[in-house]
Amino acid sequence: MNEVTTLSDMWLTLLLTLDATVRLSTPLILAAMAGLFSERSGVVDIGLEGKMLAACFASATIAHFTGSPWLALGGAILASLSLSIIHGFATITHKGDQIVSGVALNILVSGLTIILGLTWFRQGGQTPALTGDGRIMSIDLPGAELLNSIPFLGPLYKELISGHNILVYVAFALVPLVWWVLYRTRFGLRLRAVGENPNAVDTAGISVVSLRYRAVMIGGVLCGIAGTYIAIAHNAQFTRDMTAGAGYIALAALIFGKWRPLTVFMACLLFGFLQAFSMRIEGVDLPVVGAIPVQVIEAVPYLLTVILLAGFIGKAIAPKAIGKPYVKER
Amino acid sequence: MSFAIELQNIDKRFGAVRANDQVTMQVEQGSIHGIVGENGAGKSTLMSILYGFYQADSGSIKVFDKEYWFNDSQQAIAAGIGMVHQHFMLVDNFTVLENVILGAEGGYLLADGIAKARKELQRLANEYGLDVDLDATIDSLSVGLQQRVEILKALYKGAKILILDEPTGVLTPQETDELFKIFAALKEQGVTIVLITHKLREIMSVTDQVSVMRQGTMVAHVQTAETSEGQLAELMVGRKVLLDVSKGESEPGQVLLKAKHINWQDHHAVPRLKNINLELRAGEVLGVAGVSGNGQSELLQVLSGISPIQQGSVEVKGHTFDKSQQTTPANMREIGMAHVPEDRHKMGMITDFSAAESAILGYQRDPALNQGWWLKPELVAQRCSDLMQAFDVRPADVTLKSANFSGGNQQKLILAREMEHNPDVLLIGQPTRGVDVGAIEFIHKRILDMRDAGKAVLLVSVELEEILSLSDRIIVLCDGEITGRMAAEDADERSLGMLMANAQKAHDPLSQQPSQTQEQEAQA
Repeated sequence: MNEVTTLSDMWLTLLLTLDATVRLSTPLILAAMAGLFSERSGVVDIGLEGKMLAACFASATIAHFTGSPWLALGGAILASLSLSIIHGFATITHKGDQIVSGVALNILVSGLTIILGLTWFRQGGQTPALTGDGRIMSIDLPGAELLNSIPFLGPLYKELISGHNILVYVAFALVPLVWWVLYRTRFGLRLRAVGENPNAVDTAGISVVSLRYRAVMIGGVLCGIAGTYIAIAHNAQFTRDMTAGAGYIALAALIFGKWRPLTVFMACLLFGFLQAFSMRIEGVDLPVVGAIPVQVIEAVPYLLTVILLAGFIGKAIAPKAIGKPYVKER
Repeated sequence: MSFAIELQNIDKRFGAVRANDQVTMQVEQGSIHGIVGENGAGKSTLMSILYGFYQADSGSIKVFDKEYWFNDSQQAIAAGIGMVHQHFMLVDNFTVLENVILGAEGGYLLADGIAKARKELQRLANEYGLDVDLDATIDSLSVGLQQRVEILKALYKGAKILILDEPTGVLTPQETDELFKIFAALKEQGVTIVLITHKLREIMSVTDQVSVMRQGTMVAHVQTAETSEGQLAELMVGRKVLLDVSKGESEPGQVLLKAKHINWQDHHAVPRLKNINLELRAGEVLGVAGVSGNGQSELLQVLSGISPIQQGSVEVKGHTFDKSQQTTPANMREIGMAHVPEDRHKMGMITDFSAAESAILGYQRDPALNQGWWLKPELVAQRCSDLMQAFDVRPADVTLKSANFSGGNQQKLILAREMEHNPDVLLIGQPTRGVDVGAIEFIHKRILDMRDAGKAVLLVSVELEEILSLSDRIIVLCDGEITGRMAAEDADERSLGMLMANAQKAHDPLSQQPSQTQEQEAQA
């Protein structure tokens, strides 16, 4: 009897950790898919972080003033989209350095959100905490309580599958969609081609510039959703630099997953799991090693990327034309 | 007679350079029309304008008697023009099929278009003898097959006019023959072919008419049957050119360079050189023939001390180097070896440097250029200007950026740098790649002068004509092995071509590369 309880307790603990994994990997998935579009088209997107942060601020602010999370989502998408257009204008139209442009956007947004926050709300750079309707709330799938009594599967359904935010479901549904777009549509074929050999695309009579803009803008929209999720679904307000490197982890996942939707998705889940795990064992005294400093755990995704890329998962071959502005040869 | 293409007074400037100056030409329907000219004569620019890749500054374009103004390639494709570029416009990790449908997918979703394309391509392949595996990825195909894909791509998009830019530069003689057979089949079906090339022999053997360009202008249109290689060369350069290199008997002396049992693998552990044995004597030119990428670069790098010796030994003028006794390019230079690398932009010079700086690379420690620890700029400039004078480098401006010289003048500057140090052993890779006819003549003469002065010359070239006319002895490299050795007088293009290609078919290095298909990638 006692054993059964322990077992189901462990099951519940595992489920709760996985549940946290799902919540934490959602912004990673959205951002990584954003980066995937951009980078598959040949434009490095180190500005994922900045775009998400801008979207965080925009959504929290709009939700505070209007009380409508959906207006907030729209505004966040617009904010992130306009940043991606700026990135496109600098790197596609004017053939500027993609890393420089991306980093510049990150710095700009990091500072601008704090200044605007201070000016408008005078709360040390934060936005006021949202209550109730201003947030995007979780939705319980039908029958969650009813099925909970079924051992193992009941809790699995209730804790892990049901009860998430709508944006979580959007992120998970996005992955097969991205795969389908990339490998089964004309746009996907051209997108993959332009990241590999823009000359081939140009000589086939397709505009390299327009393709890359579209890719970068899709990235903008997805980062907008990711930022909204972080600010008004996962949290209830904007705080300084609240994305906390999620954009960079998403980039790591992109490399880790070799720029392919399904493997990138797996990498995001892995990194999300590591974060969830670190939160769970924070301050817990483990046998032998004692309490592991949280910084060590937080460094794991980056370490893992470096170590695994160095030898275990084989070479991550980037799109061949990535980082190179397209200039017609003379 | 109706015309497939009529170009009237095409003008095109790139900054201060007048790439096309009032160019007018007509191409008869169903003919094979050659365009010849030196590098930079404006051939490729003209064809890129016809293909909508660039827009002319002024002038008019008529295709099949209809006036057009192409703003992009899509419009040119729609008018029935297809182009096979010198550097293939293919996506390496796509399949043949995906490459062909790119830009002509037939709808938002790929599935239908792919099924339709497969059928259509099978028909085209049968009709024109263009067999190629539609599901193979491009990087698993040989260069010759990749070119077929380019031709298929154009035909699939409905090309009635096919423009080919230097199509034979990367092909073996046998592959070239295959290509010309395809030309014949295309012509029979009424396709008009425009062939851009600098190889006069090919012009003479396949074309019906020839247009000659020089410095952006069209200087002549002739019927192929009524002209000769000599006349075309003269029209291209604007003066008489000696096409055949005349050389005296060689007088081989002692062995200056000896390679024994050289094996070498790259960092993927792919063997690039297999048991290479060769001897090079004073007063002779040893030609190394082979399709590019069969170990020539690696051979040059091992012999010149750039790559470490992994197995075997290299002996230069009595100094022996092997695995335990490595050497460096600087050391090799010191003992009297000079190396003109194959790729002048990557290894021969630094394109951002001034001519004076590029002219002393590798010799920067020469006491004649230095005073104590300091390099003396005026001495460097003087050295460069001497070299420029000796090798007729134009413009003779020592401060000009290396990148701003034409290919021929860059090459002459590098040759001058290496040759004027009076080395005993000279390694030369692709001395005339991307060099115009006038400069080729000059370079060839200098190489033979070195030989006649008793130097040992190792000449690596993919141009068989060059190998045949300069060498005293010839070795053929294929897949890292020496597949043939012969005296130059016993060799001809056919026999060399067989040696270059035969072994290659048996074990094509490319076919061993793992190929990633879209499906595999998608499933991962």
